[in-house]
Amino acid sequence: MSLPRALGAVVGRELRLAARAPAEAAQPLLFYALVVALFPLGVAPNEPSLPVYAPALVWIAALLASLMTLERVFRNDYEDGSLEQLALAPLPLPLSVLAKLAAHWLLGGLPLVLAAPLLAAGLGLDAAAGRALTLALLLGTPTLVLLGGFAAALTVGLPRAGVLLPILVLPMLSPVLIFGAGAARAAAQGLDPTAPLYFLAALLALSLTLVPFAAAAALRNALEG
Amino acid sequence: MNAAPLVLDSLTVARGDRVLFERLDLRIAPGEVLHLQGRNGAGKTSLLEVLAGLRTPEAGRFSGPEPEQLHWIGHKNALHPALSAVENLAAWCGLHGADTAGIPAALDRLQLKAARQRPVRTLSTGQKRRSALARLLLQRRPWWLLDEPLAGLDVEGAALLAGLLAEHCAAGGGAVVTSHQALPEEHLPVRHWSLR
Repeated sequence: MSLPRALGAVVGRELRLAARAPAEAAQPLLFYALVVALFPLGVAPNEPSLPVYAPALVWIAALLASLMTLERVFRNDYEDGSLEQLALAPLPLPLSVLAKLAAHWLLGGLPLVLAAPLLAAGLGLDAAAGRALTLALLLGTPTLVLLGGFAAALTVGLPRAGVLLPILVLPMLSPVLIFGAGAARAAAQGLDPTAPLYFLAALLALSLTLVPFAAAAALRNALEG
Repeated sequence: MNAAPLVLDSLTVARGDRVLFERLDLRIAPGEVLHLQGRNGAGKTSLLEVLAGLRTPEAGRFSGPEPEQLHWIGHKNALHPALSAVENLAAWCGLHGADTAGIPAALDRLQLKAARQRPVRTLSTGQKRRSALARLLLQRRPWWLLDEPLAGLDVEGAALLAGLLAEHCAAGGGAVVTSHQALPEEHLPVRHWSLR
């Protein structure tokens, strides 16, 4: 078995599927941009405290946007039988899971990171805070996708996981929100954002090493349901 | 093809809390097609899943092929509805290390012509089944585990599958097939086996 080719096949299939339904793939980015763009319309004009709330706003929008499409990561494959083929493939299932989630982040997470500097400037954050916010999203959004993917794998066999998924995953995601918004807040106050960024990197390293195995075990369990 | 036999030794299989069958002994040798029969809910699919390694038996021993030694075609086709048959099979080839050059010939053999480029969602049940069965030809593997392969296939399609099975057995491969329909038995070494 050629490892790069097998990983490429998994990622390529996801990207091809997104290209077939571009409107669906753009949904998280659209939601994120709309929430952030509409929020200032709801507060008083020239509200001086807007930049204070900006990091939390961008992070909550990013968090909810990345949860939007997560329910479907494994569900389609489970329902059409592709998951059985994935489980029997020579590529170890944790690596397949990692490849699928990586593709998912490329489509639903990276655009949020790339749009962040623009949104930060629009909300009146200064350059240092904008940089810290973008860097925090770059470190934090993969963790959101990984932990969300784990919850999606746990609930894949359940008929209606729509409500259960956020309830399961939100407690796990709250540290990411706290440190992510904290990094931008620290930078806005002229402080060094390094410490919260290191915490985000640690959370990413932890979920990157644990989630593929846990999610693969959950998927195998679902196949035996 | 050198295929080791499948040996089930006092196998008990359960689904959740429900025991489907207990202490099953069975030996399946290569060169034959085992036609697995039984009423609905008897555990045919679960047994096949154990043979494929997708399900762990409750008790007993089972020695069988490694995943790369078997083809599993479940009752679900494992085709994404938004992709064409060719794209679905190409993704499968990439994942399993098979050569994509074999796809046109495999689909020719299963007589899927113009439909192969259309999204799978627009295909008929039988055409989807044929696309899924094309996997059997993309990579030579000694064991074929087929769950209701005839579902949705027309008479011609069933004859086609019987031809593939006959060739496979003649080449020293083995197959376990669940089906409520009779398999076309001419030139086919079928052994019937019923799950109580």
